[in-house]
Amino acid sequence: MSMLEIKNLHARVEEQEILKGVDLVVNEGEIHAIMGPNGSGKSTLAQILAGKEDYEVTAGEILYKGQDLLEMAPEVRAREGIFMAFQYPVEIPGVSNVYFLKAALNAIRTHRGLEEMDAMDFLVYVREKMKIVKMDEALLNRPVNEGFSGGEKKRNEIFHMSVLDPVLAVLDETDSGLDIDALQIVAEGVNSLRREDRAFLVITHYQRLLNYIVPDVVHVLLDGRIVRSGGKELALELEDKGYVWLQEPLGAGEPVGA
Amino acid sequence: MTTTMTASNTERFVEVFEAFEQGLPASQPESLRQQRRQAIERFSTLGFPTLRQEEWRFTNVAPIARTPFGVDVATDGVTADSLQPFFYDGTIQLTLVNGRFVPELSDLHSLPEGVIVCSLVEALQKHPEKVEPHLGRLASFENHPFVALNTAFYGDGVFIWVPRRQVVEQPINLVLVGRPAADPIAFFPRNLIVSGESSQVTVVEQYVTVGEGAYLTAPVTEIVAEDNAVVDHYKLQRESTEAFHMATFQLLLGRDSNVSSHSISWGGGLVRNDVNAVLDGQGGEATLNGLYMVEGSQVVDNHMRVDHVAANCDSHELYKGILEGKARAVFNGRIYVHRGAQKTDAKQTNRNLLISPDAICNSNPQLEIFADDVKCTHGSTVGQLDETAIFYLRSRGIGEEAARSLLTYAFAADIVERIKVGAVRRDLEEFLFRRLPKGDIVRQAV
Repeated sequence: MSMLEIKNLHARVEEQEILKGVDLVVNEGEIHAIMGPNGSGKSTLAQILAGKEDYEVTAGEILYKGQDLLEMAPEVRAREGIFMAFQYPVEIPGVSNVYFLKAALNAIRTHRGLEEMDAMDFLVYVREKMKIVKMDEALLNRPVNEGFSGGEKKRNEIFHMSVLDPVLAVLDETDSGLDIDALQIVAEGVNSLRREDRAFLVITHYQRLLNYIVPDVVHVLLDGRIVRSGGKELALELEDKGYVWLQEPLGAGEPVGA
Repeated sequence: MTTTMTASNTERFVEVFEAFEQGLPASQPESLRQQRRQAIERFSTLGFPTLRQEEWRFTNVAPIARTPFGVDVATDGVTADSLQPFFYDGTIQLTLVNGRFVPELSDLHSLPEGVIVCSLVEALQKHPEKVEPHLGRLASFENHPFVALNTAFYGDGVFIWVPRRQVVEQPINLVLVGRPAADPIAFFPRNLIVSGESSQVTVVEQYVTVGEGAYLTAPVTEIVAEDNAVVDHYKLQRESTEAFHMATFQLLLGRDSNVSSHSISWGGGLVRNDVNAVLDGQGGEATLNGLYMVEGSQVVDNHMRVDHVAANCDSHELYKGILEGKARAVFNGRIYVHRGAQKTDAKQTNRNLLISPDAICNSNPQLEIFADDVKCTHGSTVGQLDETAIFYLRSRGIGEEAARSLLTYAFAADIVERIKVGAVRRDLEEFLFRRLPKGDIVRQAV
């Protein structure tokens, strides 16, 4: 059984159709990259997987571990193992990064029939995870993302991911706007979390990230459809040639999103 | 009867005044007796405010005007046990029941040299020369019927006097208990705090209820911060929803003084806080923060006025409100920069979170500036929780209800964090954990 199976997914926001029939299968242990120009529907796909309610799914289905994902509330998806690293992580003044994570982890553990972790064990656990993304301990005790730099926010997302121990991790343009050092830290974090029973969906606008996170499959999302899938060499080809050459088979009647 | 209920209730207070005055202790100075007579006269002219008056247009006090309150109050029926939640370890403790000092429920141990903390009645007997220069001279009853009523009818209160350069390390915790009787009662605590030059003091005022029934408490607290004094004041309004609470808090700030006030309101059915600060000497700094969290049919009205009289003074106001149910909140903030108050730095912010679509908030910031070299800002917002933030929390496994509670707590957190007295901060935190759905998760996550 595949971990994630997206079948003929159509979705719109308000009156605008954004996804026009996405098919995608992700198996355990795989890293899939989804590339595409701005407006092609990449982030919409990520947000729908995480459960954002602004989008209306008009056709198709998503099976996660064989279950109907679209029926699950966002928190249930998280507890079932889906994690999305946000493109724009949200600042939450007044809520401590570390205590919030503890509450989140314990919600997930309770759901999975595990005992809640107490403060002492959690601290030991969290310190271990901090090393993965070279997190400054000061960021642990600050309010969630408040006053973090862009790079710190993205690193904090990977840190959350490592603590919450997901089954399927979706990275929504986590690389955008990062300098090369921050990019490497993020990539190393992801690589260290690779596991046979864990899968990644890496959404990116730039090929650069894929120098550090080597995908098993690369998909090109154009105007709400996956128009091509291939091995990691497809990313290099895109780097070389851009997306225009892929648009032609779609025919003149299909405008490309801005 | 041809007179309206409102008029009859105004008259009722005027009628009982004579008997009340005759019952005052003989030691009461003549100057204060005269002040009381002027005040009741003024009240009889003013009557209870109506919605037609600018300062009261959103707050309907008709329920007060039509309730026949008695001014004879008892002080029995309150045990130390019932007040345990409000007593804080390591504080100097004074308890008033229905506006009268109760020594058995107070603990005045270890007062530093020269510091006076006692009931107002005792202070008028023993230290009239320290009380009379201030009492009734700060909070004006000219245009405020409840200050007028208080000035006419105050029975007792607390007097705190800190001599120059003295630092009172322990917070002074005033517990003002409303103990309702069979018939509605009204009482009028009068507190006066004088912090001498370069002195420092922290005062907590808690308004609580023991028992059931309607009553009116209309306290006036006056604070004089002399030059270079530091005063930290906390007010916790935690009365029952049957209580009417019409309070005036009057601050006078001398040169280089620093006064901070935190006003926390979650109790009371109909609550009005008038907070007036006068920055009278250069270099004064006033911080006026507040948090109100109301539900059901509670009404809370915070009326602020900051007078920048002297130059080079700062004032910072941050009031935040969380409204549930059909609750209603009013915020009226006026900053008045007098001619000559150059280099004033005044900032006022009011933020409101409407949890329920039926809650109503009226926020009205006002600036009046008569100097040309000043920095004044004000802002007010009324909004809901940020859906993106809710989604972010849920995407990490936190349930929706818990996410909403967490963000509500976070909204209040910057006020909570500024509270320096640990016991007050913990009380407020505990209240929020109890009030918010899934508070146990919030407790774990903050």
